[in-house]
Amino acid sequence: MTAGLAAATVAAADLSGRGGPGFLSPTGAEVAFVLIGLVVLGSALLVVTTSQIVHAALWLVVTLGGLAAEYLLLTAEFIAWVQVLIYIGAVVVLLLFGLMLTRAPIGRSTELDSLKRWPAVLVAVGATATLLTVVVDAFHSAYLDLGKTDDGSARVTGESLFRVWVLPFEVLSVLLLAALIGAIVLSRGRADADGKGR
Amino acid sequence: MSQRLAELAATTDLAADPVGFASDPWWLILFKAVLVFAFCVVMTLFAIWWERKVVAWMQMRIGPKHVGPQGLLQSLADGVKLAFKEDIIVKAADKPVYILAPVVSMVPAFMAFAVIPMGGQVSMFGHQTHLQLTDLPVGVLYILATASVGIYGIVLAGWSSGSTYPLLGSLRSTAQMISYEVAMGLSFAGVFLYSGSMSTSTIVGQQGDTWFAVLLPVSFIIYIVAMVGETNRAPFDLPEAEGELVGGFHTEYSSLKFALFFLAEYVNMVVVSSLATTLFLGGYRAPWPITAVWDGANSGWWTLLWYFLKVQLFLFLFIWLRGTLPRLRYDQFMRLGWKVLIPTSLVWLMLIATVRAMKNEGYDYRGIVLGIAGAIIAILVLSVVWDMFRGTDDEEEKAKAAQPPPGAPGAAEPFDPMAGGFPVPPLPGQELPPVPRRAVRRAEPVGAMVGNGNGTGSADDESATDATDKEV
Repeated sequence: MTAGLAAATVAAADLSGRGGPGFLSPTGAEVAFVLIGLVVLGSALLVVTTSQIVHAALWLVVTLGGLAAEYLLLTAEFIAWVQVLIYIGAVVVLLLFGLMLTRAPIGRSTELDSLKRWPAVLVAVGATATLLTVVVDAFHSAYLDLGKTDDGSARVTGESLFRVWVLPFEVLSVLLLAALIGAIVLSRGRADADGKGR
Repeated sequence: MSQRLAELAATTDLAADPVGFASDPWWLILFKAVLVFAFCVVMTLFAIWWERKVVAWMQMRIGPKHVGPQGLLQSLADGVKLAFKEDIIVKAADKPVYILAPVVSMVPAFMAFAVIPMGGQVSMFGHQTHLQLTDLPVGVLYILATASVGIYGIVLAGWSSGSTYPLLGSLRSTAQMISYEVAMGLSFAGVFLYSGSMSTSTIVGQQGDTWFAVLLPVSFIIYIVAMVGETNRAPFDLPEAEGELVGGFHTEYSSLKFALFFLAEYVNMVVVSSLATTLFLGGYRAPWPITAVWDGANSGWWTLLWYFLKVQLFLFLFIWLRGTLPRLRYDQFMRLGWKVLIPTSLVWLMLIATVRAMKNEGYDYRGIVLGIAGAIIAILVLSVVWDMFRGTDDEEEKAKAAQPPPGAPGAAEPFDPMAGGFPVPPLPGQELPPVPRRAVRRAEPVGAMVGNGNGTGSADDESATDATDKEV
């Protein structure tokens, strides 16, 4: 999934270099975009291949941080810092929290390598292909003039989120609420089954 | 480090720029970055000395006094000593992460300083410039993001040490910082709603008439509590509770790596204090009575003085809290965060949003509504926070009052020595089950019989005593 996204961003980077003006002389921002994209792709591969489970979480931090840097390069400051705050600062930290509560051994854990490697590769390649198709189809002629645009500012983001896309936004929040209630129900159910319901 | 800041400044210069930061030449940005870095380090040295002095005075001691005038150079000497100590890497450690952790905890603390406005417009080497490294349109969000990256330093330090106490410390700090960051973010949201901006310099500019601490008292109080929780300072210093966890997350660290954690903690204190100053106390602007009698108070280098004094005020608050309050128990601490701060700030946020919407509609009585509701909620929050600290005393008194005279049948809950599956000592007011005694054949150590209860309750006391006999 992450690898797919990373590949998609790299492809998008190539496209932004190729599609619009500046085809033969890429700007510094475009070069940086491709380089960061490569870092994102490499660390995403390491997430799924490393056999040290906490290191995998840390490579995930590099991946998500690289994506934040890409947003920053596209002048979407608000999205970039929200990405750092939510994904690096909350999601992966909670992931680490869960790992350390259960087991987070130092060193390699061989039992993490399962026989389902090839089906997983198949799914990953499939997801990458789908995302690539969609992204290329949607944006192959788009060009963003980084010097002039304010498409990434908090104002523009907020307006499009709360005017154009307000229904998906609300539906997503309902989904999160459902997940929250589900977690509470699951944990309460287990406590009751133990005969120690609170 | 300063290079990193300079790079940061360079990349963010592309951004929209409300007050003309882009006009600074590169060497001036570099100079300001070095200045900010030096400020952080000097403030750390100063804050350590000041903390030791103030706590010493509060405890009727003298504090450091031999190195330098009044012991001012004591923390510098300590730093040099730490640098010369042997750098131990424990055998069970995950080496790369173990080395990376102190750096990860320190760098974000310095990075956050890039958007703190430390003063107004001044003349520096013939250039008009702001006493602020750079200004982002989403500056406060940037500080929150860097603070959340700083958590990794503590979490990874605890994990990579390959030792139990540090792991427990890092687990605590993860849960703690995540919990309190929510409350912190919500308290910022009120400021965003009022100032209509997330840029630190704009927020300072909006407080020309009234400080946001006056307009948004609830947000201010919640931020003060959350900032202490976020910096792992007493009374919320559970990740390094030395009574329980040896040294917490940095137990296995020594030498300069340990010094980096120390540096990060104090720089973080300065950062959250600066943020409190910027968001709630009018930033670098002079307080009211001074501006009334002196027009030039808000111009030039004087602004740096007001900023500095306000930050010192908050640092003193930190030290004062440490000197007076005992450490909270972990469940009390989590209860305060999740059941008091977050619900209160959500209600308060709804209130602000409603009042702002009413203002947009042209209603007039918003001031009265906000004033009354704000006062009520502020009192509520204060009383609940007060109760958190008073709670144990009251419970103890109640338990004492409820305790029956010795010999009477127990009015309190019966003592269950294996409550929740763990051997526990009796709570205040609870009594140990009566142990049938025989003639003592030899002196037993105090409490030996308690340990022999074996969790089976009073019904099995007979067998427990038998077991004692066999051992004897």
